[in-house]
Amino acid sequence: MIPDPTSLSAPTLETGADDDQLLRVSLGPQHPSTHGVFRMNVVLDGETVIRLKPVFGYLHRNHEKIAEGGPYLHSMPYTDRLDYICPLTNNWAYALAVEKLAGIEVPERAEYMRVILGELTRLINHTAFMGFILGDMGAWGSALMYAFREREKILDLFEDLTGARMMANFMRFGGCRYDLPEGWAGQVSKIVDEYGPFLDEMETFLVGNEVLLARSQDVGQLPAEKLINGGVTGPMLRAAGVSYDIRNVDTYGIYGRFDFRIPLGEKGDVYDRIMIRFLEMRESLKILRQALDGLPEGDFIHPKAKLRNFKPPVGEAYGRIEGPKGELGFYLASDGSTDPYRFRVRAPSFVNLTLLEDMCLGLDLADVVIILGSIDIVLGEVDR
Amino acid sequence: MAIDPKLAEDLKPHGIHVTTFESLINWGRSSSLWPMQFGLACCAIEMIAATMAKYDMARFGAEVFRPSPRQADLMLVAGTVTKKMAPLVVRLYNQMAEPKYVIAMGACAISGGPFKPGYNVLKGIDRYIPVDIVIPGCPPRPEALLDGLLALRKKIAGEKLIGKQRARHADAKGTAEFPVPEYGPHDLHPTANREIWNPDPVVHEEGADE
Amino acid sequence: MNPDVDAILAHLRETLPDATVELRKNPGPSEQHSLLVAGADLVGVCRVLHDELHFDYLSNVTGIDWPDPAVAGKVVPPEAESEPSEKGFLEVVYHLFSHPDRVGPLVLRVRTGDRDQKVEVPSVVSVWRSAEFQEREIFDLFGVRFTDHPDLRRILMWDEFVDHPMRKDYVAPDDFEYEPTPHAAVLERAKKHYPSQPDE
Repeated sequence: MIPDPTSLSAPTLETGADDDQLLRVSLGPQHPSTHGVFRMNVVLDGETVIRLKPVFGYLHRNHEKIAEGGPYLHSMPYTDRLDYICPLTNNWAYALAVEKLAGIEVPERAEYMRVILGELTRLINHTAFMGFILGDMGAWGSALMYAFREREKILDLFEDLTGARMMANFMRFGGCRYDLPEGWAGQVSKIVDEYGPFLDEMETFLVGNEVLLARSQDVGQLPAEKLINGGVTGPMLRAAGVSYDIRNVDTYGIYGRFDFRIPLGEKGDVYDRIMIRFLEMRESLKILRQALDGLPEGDFIHPKAKLRNFKPPVGEAYGRIEGPKGELGFYLASDGSTDPYRFRVRAPSFVNLTLLEDMCLGLDLADVVIILGSIDIVLGEVDR
Repeated sequence: MAIDPKLAEDLKPHGIHVTTFESLINWGRSSSLWPMQFGLACCAIEMIAATMAKYDMARFGAEVFRPSPRQADLMLVAGTVTKKMAPLVVRLYNQMAEPKYVIAMGACAISGGPFKPGYNVLKGIDRYIPVDIVIPGCPPRPEALLDGLLALRKKIAGEKLIGKQRARHADAKGTAEFPVPEYGPHDLHPTANREIWNPDPVVHEEGADE
Repeated sequence: MNPDVDAILAHLRETLPDATVELRKNPGPSEQHSLLVAGADLVGVCRVLHDELHFDYLSNVTGIDWPDPAVAGKVVPPEAESEPSEKGFLEVVYHLFSHPDRVGPLVLRVRTGDRDQKVEVPSVVSVWRSAEFQEREIFDLFGVRFTDHPDLRRILMWDEFVDHPMRKDYVAPDDFEYEPTPHAAVLERAKKHYPSQPDE
């Protein structure tokens, strides 16, 4: 079914301009500020955006179909490649969903390890986000250099632990793949100590920066009810003042034991979205300290966890975690065989884009780029 | 035509550098590759990491990433090429000016990699455009990307600009444009550019190796 | 925290006595029971869930293909022994959460009549915007037609594409013709491409 091209270019926002005065721009899929192969069809009246339709699928690599054709564990390395900035939280969400599906217990030590890895991943994601969004605002390169400098330190830790810089493939159903190597926790606590000063430095650059304020304040905000209705989750939603953090709502794993706050923004504009991530990183550091102090001895995987010929009982389960970008959920249906009957990824980046057009209407084209940046998408997850 | 290498060595201390136009041009080309800023998937993150402080691709003259294909002479196909994306990759390649080079970075760009069973995944970008260097890995480490870059530099340094063996871009009959596939009802059409992609049949009978 | 499905069902039966809503117990250990709603009553049920029971957040919408209804009866068993349906069908599954009550997921499911002709399901975009792209994805990959959807087009595949690849009986295009180390099923495919081997 080929859509009617005239209906596609009709403006959503009526400005009264004649049709021949409108400019139609295809932004992407190859564009430096679309964070990968994302594409937007934009209709402009002068500089003003009066229609914006995202085009997906340029990185649709059939994760779900491939997962349904193989055993449960075969999908674990594929989850690394969903949101390739933060593989370990993806691993965790998938492991959590399978544990719900099969009723598997996770030992204490593994839960602590997961929290440490999950929060380190959140640090990586939010730090990289800072670099990318400032790049979108024109500070191309320099902010990203700082961000990647810190990211590399954490990637080195991941490499020590899992053998891979990015694609960790570390969580298993009922625990983790390996135990922590000797001295690893000490290295993490060193990073945790050093991260605070780095955040101070980065924040000093940004908080009162005139360009940042001018570009990001009062840009892209929407009422909280609309965001909830649009399924927006994660830092985007909390920046608008809605206290909804799945770590707190579901207290999955052992998050109920940690003392941390949920930072909230006021307006939900791009500025709040940037600042909320700074505050979240500081809370992550708090959680990391508590987790490192409380890390118990014991099993890193449930002794009865089955890796080969794993057959969960018949049924279905939806498991979700608070990923760095929002609610990352996996829906699994099992018919009792070794392969999932249905494997579905509920990707935060994808659903958060639902309201992209609403945020951008009436603003300038240059604002679209930073609004998109503030949503923090990764195409591997948007298109799956 | 060739210079006596001993004579060239003897002249060096006197401040006289003897070379050929061919190696001078190739030296210039290989030392200032401008990659296109174009990331497809996971490998793009490692590509960014390679340009950042720790790995610093600028040491090899290849840090000027250009968002426009018109200004770039190296296409780093960094990530999974889906069938929906493949026509656009070929079009971007066609828009680049000669001489142009392609590095297929990562298992996906080479063969589809882990996503090979996918219905929307192109099983290797070499089906549509000529690839100079392949870098295996999923994703390749930044060091591997640098190694691939050095291998490409070596390849460029050895290019012939005249004669029968001359490079495609030095050949007046050589083409800079490759046909762009079209979206079909089930698959891309055509499924490969048979002029440049005709691999030998490889069928191993099970147990035939013993 | 999983919601109290029985109380929700009781409330729905009270406010919408004509609506067809069935409880389907989850046979697995996850205890996420679901409500099977008839397509015609879906939007009404969703309205009540949204307005009266505070399910203001639709997290996940997805499709499932059940070419064999017996498998569906096993994974999502009916409460009473009922006449098994002959034809396979498509199913749309919704996962709802509540912000104020902090409960979820409430699982709703809707089934189509068959897999070819009667594939209509009403769209819930008027209740929750978050369904917009996800329903488009189900239309693209499963072929469920959402009535009253504001912009029902393919989303992940290109517009000229005609198949629905997430269906169980979808056959992917045969483009494995070059495989350096073929084995098992891929070897069979490779042999098909190169039927005669003159050198061997």
